[in-house]
Amino acid sequence: MSVPHALPDTSPASLRAFLLGLPGVDEVGAASRTAMLGTRSIKNETKAWAIDTAIGMVDLTTLEGMDTIGKVRALCSKALRPDPTDPTTPSVAAVCVYGDLAGIAREAVGDALHVAAVATAFPSGRASLDVKLMDTKEAVAAGADEIDMVIDRGAFLSGEYARVFDEIVAVKQACGPAHLKVILETGELRTLDNVRRASWLAMLAGADFIKTSTGKVTPAATLPVTLVMLEAVRDFEAATGQRIGVKAAGGIRTSKDAIKYLVLVKETVGEAWLTPDLFRFGASTLLNDLLLQRQRIATGHYSGPDYVTID
Amino acid sequence: MTFEYAPAPESRSVVSIASRYGLFIDGTFVDSSSGSTFTTINPATEEVLAEVAEAGTDDVERAVQAARRAYTEVWGPMSGRDRAKYLFRIARLIQERSRELAVLETLDNGKPIRESRDVDVPLVAAHFFYHAGWADKLGHAGYGPAPKPIGVAAQVIPWNFPLLMLAWKVAPALACGNTVVLKPAETTPLTALLFAEICQQADLPPGVVNILTGAGETGRALVENPGIDKVAFTGSTEVGKSIMRSLAGTDKRLTLELGGKAANIVFDDAPVDEAVEGVVNGIYFNQGHVCCAGSRLLVQESIADEIVEALKRRLSTLRLGDPLDKNTDIGAINSAEQLSRITALVSSGEAEGAERWSAPCTLPDRGWWFPPTVFTGVTQAHRIAREEIFGPVLSVLTFRTPDEAVEKANNTPYGLSAGIWTEKGSRILWMAERLRAGVIWANTFNRFDPTSPFGGYKESGFGREGGIQGLGAYLTTEVTR
Repeated sequence: MSVPHALPDTSPASLRAFLLGLPGVDEVGAASRTAMLGTRSIKNETKAWAIDTAIGMVDLTTLEGMDTIGKVRALCSKALRPDPTDPTTPSVAAVCVYGDLAGIAREAVGDALHVAAVATAFPSGRASLDVKLMDTKEAVAAGADEIDMVIDRGAFLSGEYARVFDEIVAVKQACGPAHLKVILETGELRTLDNVRRASWLAMLAGADFIKTSTGKVTPAATLPVTLVMLEAVRDFEAATGQRIGVKAAGGIRTSKDAIKYLVLVKETVGEAWLTPDLFRFGASTLLNDLLLQRQRIATGHYSGPDYVTID
Repeated sequence: MTFEYAPAPESRSVVSIASRYGLFIDGTFVDSSSGSTFTTINPATEEVLAEVAEAGTDDVERAVQAARRAYTEVWGPMSGRDRAKYLFRIARLIQERSRELAVLETLDNGKPIRESRDVDVPLVAAHFFYHAGWADKLGHAGYGPAPKPIGVAAQVIPWNFPLLMLAWKVAPALACGNTVVLKPAETTPLTALLFAEICQQADLPPGVVNILTGAGETGRALVENPGIDKVAFTGSTEVGKSIMRSLAGTDKRLTLELGGKAANIVFDDAPVDEAVEGVVNGIYFNQGHVCCAGSRLLVQESIADEIVEALKRRLSTLRLGDPLDKNTDIGAINSAEQLSRITALVSSGEAEGAERWSAPCTLPDRGWWFPPTVFTGVTQAHRIAREEIFGPVLSVLTFRTPDEAVEKANNTPYGLSAGIWTEKGSRILWMAERLRAGVIWANTFNRFDPTSPFGGYKESGFGREGGIQGLGAYLTTEVTR
């Protein structure tokens, strides 16, 4: 509950006053809230629904220096048909690749899936604005319809909120029709107070989604961080009527973890957010565990890692 | 389809409930001398769980004599190190049988299994472990080099945390070398009787722990028995006063842990989301059947509307229903009698002009239930701001300055607990110095630990339970009889 009485204008001073005036977050309290929600017991048909919903929210990701055209094509084929033995398995939401491979991904998935490209000198964000904008524009031109940008954490931590804000505004503009996900890299922001401020900063600057992490920094997504981000989008909706999405990325590997996130979404912002348009998982290994659980529900027994595909 | 949680009931097959239970005297289960019994009921379904013996004056006398004998011959003379072995053994058995204890507690009391499993039973084990550690170190606890036990303790406990209150009473008493006769509440005797079985399993010498089931008359016979040396009571202020009267003129020692009407104070610089969670945990935990519940929300006027709105939104997500379901947040009211008391006080709130809001939840057809309820527009003069409701009912009051918050928080005959919510450390300390309450929580609420003393000011009672301070209630430096 941090609905501000008035949103700030975009002058550096009022932006700063607004962000520093947001209510603090008590880390112990946030952790105990998520620990309690982690005890929710999801069974039977609810579990089956949750697993299919989670599959449909996955941004299937490969972000490695060793990525190749072949690797991206394999990933896309998996994204379209996650379980070749069971055509009722839903597709994932998107594939997420580096910008130079966005064209390959678009070619492979056609219009069936979203193509997300990381841009703005991912993962560190240490490049000039011009380079970041060029990075973004090239990815969009190649076929990406979602851009996952990183914020300048150095600028944020030194209190230059306006600089971070302006950069997001510029990238948003460079995105054109593409959706913008703003990666806060919460593992480098460290405090939940910072997570709340960065969430508001990104939303005020025009983010369509706020995303926890690049996956290159530990810790990546955690339940308390995601809780604070969900509270921010809830309060942003109350203040503006606008719904912003949340993407939890990195470190979510099991179905059990994924279900904890869905519970967190349901009990923090409500079921309206349980759609790929408003909640995503950034993951690679998670998908296979979801598929194994799905097979178990369908057949009544566990199969094994050789019964899901590796890419 | 939507994300509606499918039923996830904890299996009740882990616990076997006998159809009849006797009194636990001198290490064995025996019938009451009069043969009189009463039934205990699952408050969530009104199903009869078991028939339980009702102890009369003769049974009390037998139990007190057994406790005296065990005190004189075995437990009193035993070395602290050996007493510790028994207590550690009991603590481990509680952990081993934790699922059984949690299910039984939920069946008999109506509290959600999530709470009995994650709060009550782990704390019970922790209390035994903690006090087991003290048993051979009492000379270093600040009560002189060789403090002595007091003798036979009569302990009368309430129904809100049946097993946890047993642990708060029994663990320190035994660690200090006393023996006990304990009377659980008449609506929740079953976990105490399972604890008696655990004492047998641990080979605890007969007579060290005696458990007498019964209602108010049994309790009265117990505290008035001339053979006891100490009374420890947790329950209502009214009964506490009558115990105090009956003990006047005797040399029995007494500690009382009674009612409360705690203020949970939220400042405008609070961590708001966590404060709302804390307010919810403060008053709706255990259906508000908590003596230290934060039943008065004192919120700074400048953020009152936002807090109340957030609170209502949060309360709408609470899940009320089958206490054995692992996803239940709010269980059943413990008895029809308690439900009618809650209902009467809520009616008085409405009649006196406060504005009532109850969470939109469907109440089950059978059993005793009350929806989480908030009263706004409450003033210090309303009954719901003064009397202990002991149910899921929150009264919201406002304040303008820290001084006013302190004045209003202290303006109650009770003084058991208080909560402060602010990100400002200096304000926490300033408030804590001025609040007259035995326990003060900062940016949290209803957090318990065996190392931390618990107890009240004013009509909330006297004496402390837990921590080094709690040992004092069961030790003496005088020569005992």
